[in-house]
Amino acid sequence: MHLDHSHDTTTVVSADAARSDGTRRALRIGLGGPVGSGKTATVAALCRALRDTYSIAVVTNDIYTREDAEFLLRNAVLPPERIQAVETGACPHTAIRDDISANLEAVEDLEDAVGPLDLILVESGGDNLTATFSKGLVDAQVFVIDVAGGDDIPRKGGPGVTTADLLVVNKTDLAPYVGSDLGRMAHDARTQRGELPVAFTSLTSGEGVKPVADWVRGQLAAWSA
Amino acid sequence: MDTTSPHGASPGAARAALLVLADGRFPAGGHAHSGGAEAAVKAGRIRDATDLATFCRGRLHTTGLTSAALAAAAAVGADPLVLDEAADARTPSPALRTTARKLGRQLMRAARAAWPCDALDALAAARPRGAHQPVVLGVTAHAAGLGPEDAAHCVAYESVGGPATAVVRLLGLDPFEATAVLARLAPELDQVARRAAEAGRRAPAEGPGALPAASAPLLDITAQAHAAWPVRLFAS
Repeated sequence: MHLDHSHDTTTVVSADAARSDGTRRALRIGLGGPVGSGKTATVAALCRALRDTYSIAVVTNDIYTREDAEFLLRNAVLPPERIQAVETGACPHTAIRDDISANLEAVEDLEDAVGPLDLILVESGGDNLTATFSKGLVDAQVFVIDVAGGDDIPRKGGPGVTTADLLVVNKTDLAPYVGSDLGRMAHDARTQRGELPVAFTSLTSGEGVKPVADWVRGQLAAWSA
Repeated sequence: MDTTSPHGASPGAARAALLVLADGRFPAGGHAHSGGAEAAVKAGRIRDATDLATFCRGRLHTTGLTSAALAAAAAVGADPLVLDEAADARTPSPALRTTARKLGRQLMRAARAAWPCDALDALAAARPRGAHQPVVLGVTAHAAGLGPEDAAHCVAYESVGGPATAVVRLLGLDPFEATAVLARLAPELDQVARRAAEAGRRAPAEGPGALPAASAPLLDITAQAHAAWPVRLFAS
C-alpha cells in the first residue's frame, strides 16, 4: 500500500493517498481473473455485504463495455451513480496495467460525484492468467478463479495467481461435479503464494462472500488507520 | 512564451523526447479509441488494408490536419484557452468534443508526470475536465523541448496510427499490412505536419483564424451514432 507515499510536486499523479484538495482518497481494490470465474458476482456480493457500513463505488472494465455495469445495475447492488463503466478497446489488461488513465479518470469522477468514498472496487474485464493491476491504479488486488476452470490453475501459477493480495477460488459447490480437488488446489496455491491468503467461496451457498468481505474489511481498517 | 523549455535544450532539438511522446505505449488513453474505425468496420467501409489506407488518408487530411495545426500553435505559445475554443469550433460532433476533452485530460495526467511544468499546471487548473487533446499535446511538446513540427507530427501520426491499430484488433488484419499502410502514408504525413506547423506558427500573431478547419462530415456523423451503440469495443 501507499500509506506513506508522497509527491514532491503539486501534481497528484495516481497512487498518492491524498486527493488534490488534501483529503484522503478511497481505498481502491482491483478484482481480476479469467472470464466466467465470478468476478462480477463477487463484486455484487461484496457491495451487498459492505454497503451499509461503507461508502462504496464500482468501476467495471468490460470487454464489450457495459454488460458488467448493467448486471450490477439490474441487481441493484448500488445506485447507478456509483457505478461507472470504462471501455478498453479490446484490451482489458492494458486498461488496468499499461495505460490506466481511463480507469483513474473514472475513479476520480466517482470521488467527485458521490464522494467521500471509503472503497472503490475496480473490476477488470475477464482476461488471462497474466493480467494484474498497476499499483498506480489499485492499492490491493484480488484474483478470482473458479474450480470449474480446472483444478490445475493454482499449480500453473502466473502473476495473477502468484502475486495477488488475495486469491479467491470460487464455485466450490461445483467441485464434486467437475472433478476438482479442493485440497490439491489449496496445496498448490500455498506452494505458489507462500503466506499470501486464499479464500474458498461459494457465492450460492454457505457463508457466501464472507471470507472475501472479511479480508476487505481488514484492508479498509489498515487503510484508515 | 520564452523559447527555452523546462526540460529540453532548445525547441525542436529534443528528438528522443519526441519518441517518448509519440510512442503508442505512452499512457494517455489512446488505446481505447479507434478514431472512427470501429464504426467504419461495422458499416463495411473498411474490410482490408486498401480500405484502411483510404480511411487513414481521409482522416489525415481532414481532422488530422486540423488537430495537428492546433497542436503546433500550442507548441509555439498561442494561448491554449483560445485554441481550446478554436478546437470546439472545429469539432461539430458533440461526441467527438467529449472524446477530445477526455483524451486531453488523460494526456494531461501523463504529461504532468513526464514533463512537469507551470504551463501544464495552469492549463489543467483552467480546464479540470480536460482541454482538447491536440491543445494539451502542443503544450506538452513545448514542455518536453519540442517544436511545432514535432507536435504536428505527433498528432498527424496519431490520427492514422490509432485507426490502424484498432483495425488490426477489429478485423484481425495482418499487422504487417497495417504497418505498411502507415509507412506508405509517411510522406503525406510529413506534408500535412509541415502545413500544420506553418499555420500554427502564424496563430500567435494572427489568431486562431490562421488555423485550418478541415473536417470529415462522415466521421462526425458516425461518431455520434457510435457513441450510442450499446455494445462496442472502443470508446470512440
